[in-house]
Amino acid sequence: MRRSDLLTLTLLALLAVLPPVFFCTGHPFYLDLATRLVILAIAATSLNLVLGYGGMVSFGHAAYIGIGAYAVGIPVYHDLWGGAAWLASTSGWVHLALAMGLSALFALGTGAISLRTRGVHFIMITMAFAQMVYYLFVSLGTYGGDDGLVIEHRSRLPGISLDNPLQLYGLCLAVLVATIVIVRTIMRSRFGQVIKGARGNEERMATLGYNTYAYRLTAFVIAGAIAGLSGFLMGNFTAFISPEMMAWTRSGELMFMVILGGTATTPGPLLGTLIFIVTEELLSHYTRHWQLPFGLMLIGVVLFMRGGLTGAFRRRE
Amino acid sequence: MDFALVFVQMLNGLQLGLLLFLVASGLTLVFGILDFVNLAHGSLYMLGAFVCASLTFLTGNFLIAIALALPVMAVIGWGIERVVVRQLYRRDHLDQVLGSFGLLLVFDVAVHLIWGPAGIAIPLPAWLDTHIGLAEDVVIPVYRLLIIGTGLAVAALLFWLVHHTRFGMLIRAGASDRTMAGALGIDITRLFTLVFALGAALAGLAGMLVAPITEASIGMGNSVIITAFVVIVVGGIGSMKGAFIGAMIIGLIDTLGRSFIDDGFRLIMGTAAAETAGPAVSAMLIYLLMAVILALRPQGLFPPSGR
Amino acid sequence: MSLLTVRNLGKSFGGVAATDGLSLSVDRGEIHAIIGPNGAGKTTLIAQLSGTMLPDIGTVRFNGRDITRLSAHARARLGLTRSFQITSLVPGMTALENVALAAQVQEGHSFRFLRPVARIESLRTAALDQLYAVGLGTRAEQPVTALSHGEHRLVEMAVVLATGALLLLLDEPFAGLGSAESARMVAFLKTLKGTRTILLIEHDMNAVFALADRISVLVRGRIIATGGPDAIRASPAVRAAYLGGD
Repeated sequence: MRRSDLLTLTLLALLAVLPPVFFCTGHPFYLDLATRLVILAIAATSLNLVLGYGGMVSFGHAAYIGIGAYAVGIPVYHDLWGGAAWLASTSGWVHLALAMGLSALFALGTGAISLRTRGVHFIMITMAFAQMVYYLFVSLGTYGGDDGLVIEHRSRLPGISLDNPLQLYGLCLAVLVATIVIVRTIMRSRFGQVIKGARGNEERMATLGYNTYAYRLTAFVIAGAIAGLSGFLMGNFTAFISPEMMAWTRSGELMFMVILGGTATTPGPLLGTLIFIVTEELLSHYTRHWQLPFGLMLIGVVLFMRGGLTGAFRRRE
Repeated sequence: MDFALVFVQMLNGLQLGLLLFLVASGLTLVFGILDFVNLAHGSLYMLGAFVCASLTFLTGNFLIAIALALPVMAVIGWGIERVVVRQLYRRDHLDQVLGSFGLLLVFDVAVHLIWGPAGIAIPLPAWLDTHIGLAEDVVIPVYRLLIIGTGLAVAALLFWLVHHTRFGMLIRAGASDRTMAGALGIDITRLFTLVFALGAALAGLAGMLVAPITEASIGMGNSVIITAFVVIVVGGIGSMKGAFIGAMIIGLIDTLGRSFIDDGFRLIMGTAAAETAGPAVSAMLIYLLMAVILALRPQGLFPPSGR
Repeated sequence: MSLLTVRNLGKSFGGVAATDGLSLSVDRGEIHAIIGPNGAGKTTLIAQLSGTMLPDIGTVRFNGRDITRLSAHARARLGLTRSFQITSLVPGMTALENVALAAQVQEGHSFRFLRPVARIESLRTAALDQLYAVGLGTRAEQPVTALSHGEHRLVEMAVVLATGALLLLLDEPFAGLGSAESARMVAFLKTLKGTRTILLIEHDMNAVFALADRISVLVRGRIIATGGPDAIRASPAVRAAYLGGD
């Protein structure tokens, strides 16, 4: 077995065993922490598809988490308080379809424009579009605007209660496993080769006969839909959503997680998210200003540890 | 439509546009010459506001505070360039983005530790804190005119710099082109530090000017930076002319959109629908504009040649 | 019968003409070389033929179709591909993967997400065949970063061949090769004679005269002479403009 796959499996096994054990021995806090970790790891894994393998530095990934979470909150809000009957629903399937569908649509629209550019343009444009969604939800006073929206009911799905923290965690973990498998499979397929090739040498790919734009856009949409799914889980986990979830600094944190673990690797995003969340948690015990050491750490990683942690492992092999 | 109101809003738009230009021009210099994407540029805007606030209380005069704060900002820029930014010039844009994102986190906390979590209002001298009546229903705050005047003056200065100096030749060549700079006999290392310090002072100046209106607050830089990105993306990244025209377009469209779209929507749809759609559309307006412009011209309105 | 016909092609940058009324035709099955002094417009020409740059005026016809406005990938799909002067392989991949990526275009679209490429025998075989053809069969599993410059040039050839293209635009395949490597490349390109059509843009005169059926001379953005190697060698116009020039 490849070392990277072994690392992935080990991390997943730890996540499958430890948090539920903590929960059952009277430390529910750790299950909460792990749930957040797993949800963010799903988003980071999807980001790795475009950022890592595809070399598209998308700086707006938090927008999809927000779209996914509001896709739960808004139908539930209307179900409870009336208005917009066509939208009102507590069905998890409806929420899921909205979360993934709208995220995919948003990715398609913004990707169609931003993928015609490269480099710095692409970074700034993806940032700007994400900020547009942020301001859109700030402006929607009906759904709480700046203050956010409390989700009064979690999504209803057959055979599982998302109100039960253990069951919710189980679902999140299952989705994470599925996401990792999907991204890993895609990247080994013919499609994945084209995406990697376009990252390494775009002009070459075009002169071989590949319409790199179409392939990149497809990857961008897939990543958006998966991140929307993570938003659906996030909404159900926190039962509260606010535009702050989509601030561009959140997108920056997601990028950091991917880089920290190592881009274009299978375990990278999960490892990076794990280290990020655990460090954030440890630091916040000592200081309210955990961002300070965090910022310094980020600068340090960029300056001294290229290739992230898995990169550091690989060099030692 | 009420023409007095339109006139006042146009002035507001002009003011916002010029403030955006101050931020965007620094980004343009730093990107155009250093080929560096600086996410922490907004932090310099925020720092400018806080430094100016402290100096205003220290000296008792807002204008003296600005005069003192500008070199302080340049020194801060110089320091950042020396310690962090310089290491990242030869890296790819992803590393630059992450490194400057780290800087941004550090600055947010630093400001929090030094000045506390609350915003700080900056008092204006009495002669600035007054209004001029142009007509019976057109009243303009004097301070607004100061901002517009300063903005235009700085713009003129920058255009002179770009078009009539050796320094400007580098920008117009559109390049972090070390060989060309070498050929012109310019000490690259010093030039780069200087450019970064100038960019920091420009961003700081924008923060100082805006602080008496909005007060200095943590996070003020994080929202302005994205708008500044929209400006330079629309104008054509790396072009000073593009930054100026982009800033004017974005400033005017955003201001006019916020004041008139609600009314416009009320004319074509029900009041209730307009109350939701109006703010939503005006919040997204500049981004939608950006989308349209990029769909037509992916490199922006005035892409610098040679890039 | 000609496979590629270029008529009156023009491209200028800020008033400076890089391609200026250029006409050219390449016959099926021939090796047609383009030579010219530095700055004659070879790079701009190959970019316009492969579709990464569009001409201001003129037409390009390929295999009976007007392709003047087609994108690079659409041209490649019709059977026109190019090699790069500066080796242009995908750095993170092995030689085999690079060539397989080229072979993959022959199977139609690549919106195929499930089967791992490593287990697709047809791709593997096609890629290996090309690598053996250029003499690098035993180096197939090496990452391209571990190969020498001469080997890069050969992998580059394998990549271009694996697309199955009818017309190969070869952009200075001899650049940077030592004499032994050059001889190897000449021998290899000779094996293609008659089966593929090649437009060879090259500085190395020995190689050009050893390989080409016809030679066109490009000077200041236009073709000033076309003919067999002997005719070109003897042409006073060519000598004046180029061989005896600078």
